[in-house]
Amino acid sequence: MDGQKHDRRAGPPRRGFTRRAFLKGSGAVAAATALVPGSRAEAQETGPKIYGPGPVPIRLRVNGEDREVKVEPRVTLLDALRNHLNLTGAKKVCDRGTCGACTVLVDGAPTYACSMLAIDAQGREIETVEALGPDHPMVQAFVEHDALQCGFCTPGFVVACTAFALRNPNCTVEDVNRALGGNICRCGTYAGIREAVVEAARKLKGGANA
Amino acid sequence: MLKPRFLSTAWPDRDHRVWIGHEVDRVDGVLKATGLAKYTYDINRPNMAWGKFLICPHAHARVKRIDVSRAEAIPGVRKVEIIQGEGEEILFHGDEIALVVADSEELARDGVRSIRVEYEVLDHLVDERNLDAIPRDRLRPGGRRRRGNVNQAFEAPTTLVVEGEYGIPMITHCCLEAHGVVAEWESEDRLTLWISTQNVSGMSGQVASAVEVPAGNVRTICEFIGGGFGSKFGPDRWGILAARIARELRRPVKIMLDRDHELLTAGTRPSGFARVKVGVDRETGKVLAWQSTLWGTGGPGGNGTSISVTPYIFTGIPNQSREAYNVRANVGPRRAWRAPNHPQGAALTMTALADAAAALGIDELEFFLKNVDLTDRPDVYTQELLVAADLIQWRKHWHPRGEGGRGPIREGLGISMHTWGGRPHNSECHVHIHPDGSVDVQLGSQDLGTGTRTVIAMVVAETLGLRPEQVNVQIGDSRFPPSGASGGSTTVGGVSSSSRRAATDALEQLLEKVAPSIGVRPADLKVSQGFIVDKNDPSRRISWKQACRQIGMNPITGVGRQPDPEDQPLASQGVGGVQMAHVAVDVETGIVRIKRFVAVQDCGLIINPKTARSQVYGGVIMGIAYALYEECIHDPITGRRLNPDMEFYKLPGVGDVGELIAHLMMGKVTVRTPDGREITVDYDEPGVIGLGEPPVISPGAAISNAVANAIGVRVPHLPLTPDRVLAALAQKGGLA
Ligand code: FES
Ligand code: FES
Repeated sequence: MDGQKHDRRAGPPRRGFTRRAFLKGSGAVAAATALVPGSRAEAQETGPKIYGPGPVPIRLRVNGEDREVKVEPRVTLLDALRNHLNLTGAKKVCDRGTCGACTVLVDGAPTYACSMLAIDAQGREIETVEALGPDHPMVQAFVEHDALQCGFCTPGFVVACTAFALRNPNCTVEDVNRALGGNICRCGTYAGIREAVVEAARKLKGGANA
Repeated sequence: MLKPRFLSTAWPDRDHRVWIGHEVDRVDGVLKATGLAKYTYDINRPNMAWGKFLICPHAHARVKRIDVSRAEAIPGVRKVEIIQGEGEEILFHGDEIALVVADSEELARDGVRSIRVEYEVLDHLVDERNLDAIPRDRLRPGGRRRRGNVNQAFEAPTTLVVEGEYGIPMITHCCLEAHGVVAEWESEDRLTLWISTQNVSGMSGQVASAVEVPAGNVRTICEFIGGGFGSKFGPDRWGILAARIARELRRPVKIMLDRDHELLTAGTRPSGFARVKVGVDRETGKVLAWQSTLWGTGGPGGNGTSISVTPYIFTGIPNQSREAYNVRANVGPRRAWRAPNHPQGAALTMTALADAAAALGIDELEFFLKNVDLTDRPDVYTQELLVAADLIQWRKHWHPRGEGGRGPIREGLGISMHTWGGRPHNSECHVHIHPDGSVDVQLGSQDLGTGTRTVIAMVVAETLGLRPEQVNVQIGDSRFPPSGASGGSTTVGGVSSSSRRAATDALEQLLEKVAPSIGVRPADLKVSQGFIVDKNDPSRRISWKQACRQIGMNPITGVGRQPDPEDQPLASQGVGGVQMAHVAVDVETGIVRIKRFVAVQDCGLIINPKTARSQVYGGVIMGIAYALYEECIHDPITGRRLNPDMEFYKLPGVGDVGELIAHLMMGKVTVRTPDGREITVDYDEPGVIGLGEPPVISPGAAISNAVANAIGVRVPHLPLTPDRVLAALAQKGGLA
């Protein structure tokens, strides 16, 4: 049965570490080590690259800009964005990949930023909700359909819904029900979200933001 | 306020409302949807330190030894505070033992992990489902009530007696923004506190006494809050500790609870279980007698059940005998949870009554219609039952209990009804009209996501003849005039009354200033779409901007209060609501799906139907969550909570809630009953009434009743998980 409780978190491309993404990710790490002069990684001739312990300088490409931060290797992409770059749009809710509040785009794919290390995000294109801006059709549709209450889940939803809508311009409410189960809202805004996504998908298709 | 001298504060009638009663987008929607709204969790201050708690892993234990030396030795750890040290008795899994404050969140975690604690593990009680198995010393009487003579009623030959046991477990708030705080001292004795709270105006005083500074020196800020639902009224341990340690370290301190800690400690809704006996007249279908034994737990303190909500709504049942007990259990302590006591009342009452209807063999809708005179608002409930029945297509889909077909998927319908007070809280509002025509509105209130900012903007815009976006609403700061905490659906009545009065007061002052330049008396003027107009000659008018230029140097300030004994009431209390569920149950897997859910709700004069409808959807979805998924599960052996996380503390996603219909009762509504009576109710007449709580009350009962209708047997305890559905079917003797 579609959309059942137990399979909603298993939806394929959203959650994850597909083989392709994984391989790409590993490559990015290897390439990025060049950015870390003086780290222990440089001393390693062969074998896995090792970062840290202790803060290491890394470079992240966020919303089209290169940003340098110094973080411990264990710091997640989410914490790097929120605590080091002050990009607090992506929210920390479960911090373990179950709620979607931290969703950002990594190379265009919706990704739980709490479940990716900042060092692994080097060399990849990261887009956060802050990049969308007030005139973005998804933002507008969320407001128009009142698809938000407290708003704490909203940035994660807006990002995930945008990625979904861009790929599914003719989506229906049924499609939304099936595809967007990886984000949780406690205030109960799903009625508005369904309408907002279907409408914004059509606008994104026709508009300049596509 | 200054008593209105020539303007009335009365809400404009339906034909003269520009904003009130119309759909308006929430004014802070874009800020939230673009990620720019700053919640407490998003506050990062220069040189800020982070705090993390060590929590107790046992349900009941005594701290024997605690060694924090290794934590203190970690470079970057600045402070280790023992909260409950040697000899202290810990009463539930998740209670705080120590706090580590460090230069970063990661280091604070390292510190927590380095603390060694030795516990003496003590006996626990975490399973309160079986009343007979609860030791006497864990039970506290929660009252006894009697009316009429239940035995006589039960024994009468015309009475059909139906007995059952029902239950609704402990759940938590699971606010998506965890509880937490950032504390920063501006100077030795001046503190700024960013705190995720439902109680901006009431916070500073609570913290000030703990850190021994005057209340006026503590500034509380909460511009945006990621959910509260009743769990965020006080400063809590973390609020006080952050303030103290920030002063000691002379740097800002941020403490946000981790998700597991939040789910364990920061509030639960008490469980409720009841053995119920209902007597109904076989001929008339009227409920004659109600007998109940109610118990539940609100945590180690025990309190948590309320005898006054069983029976729920049908308080007029002539013969009643009821008793209640509170269980002292080693589980997370209760906090107010959206509509305290009412969801339990509905889940234990509407189920028992629906079982009586099924035993009588009559249609559940007909049964509730027959018995509405046992409630406080028969006309409202009759209307709402009939409107909801239409929306869910009751006549088309209803069938006698258990006759939902023979295939694996069985469909069913269920009903529940509810009530809530929602009286206005105290509130003071200042409206400033500036010489440049801009308008500031200030209240120490907060917007929980209900749309409070938007409602205030609409009320002031309506009063001043402006547009809501021309009104700058400033809330979420204790420097603004005090408003009550946002709990119990009291906010909208409070802030709409105070802001209406403040705006009226300001407008009177403005009209007095400009009247001479138009050459009329102030009382001859009115506002309309950005103009001030002569009522008798609409061609004589000046624009809002022109008018404001005559104000002079200082802004005009209007003051409004709720309550205001000098003025007519603008808000009141007391609402009804009816909800109906249409479910499909797979009797092979036990999975329940919502096909359609209808919520019909009244709440007095509705200022913004758009955000009001969202409140109804939100309540319903939260209700579907506890009807089907949510439960704090405890291991009976260790006493530990097994699901303090969001993997196994289940909340529904967008695909799990079915088709939702929220219908608001607005204005004058006339409904014709099946027996040809016409009932008219004016829903605007009582003024503004709060709405946050009522829609969350009924889903548990409505869905449980629908499932019983579908599968022919009652699943006694919520949530209606597949295992419970299958167990109930097995008891009945298989798939039927
Ligand atoms: S915070 Fe990342 S999925 Fe919940
Ligand atoms: S709007 Fe509050 S959690 Fe979704």
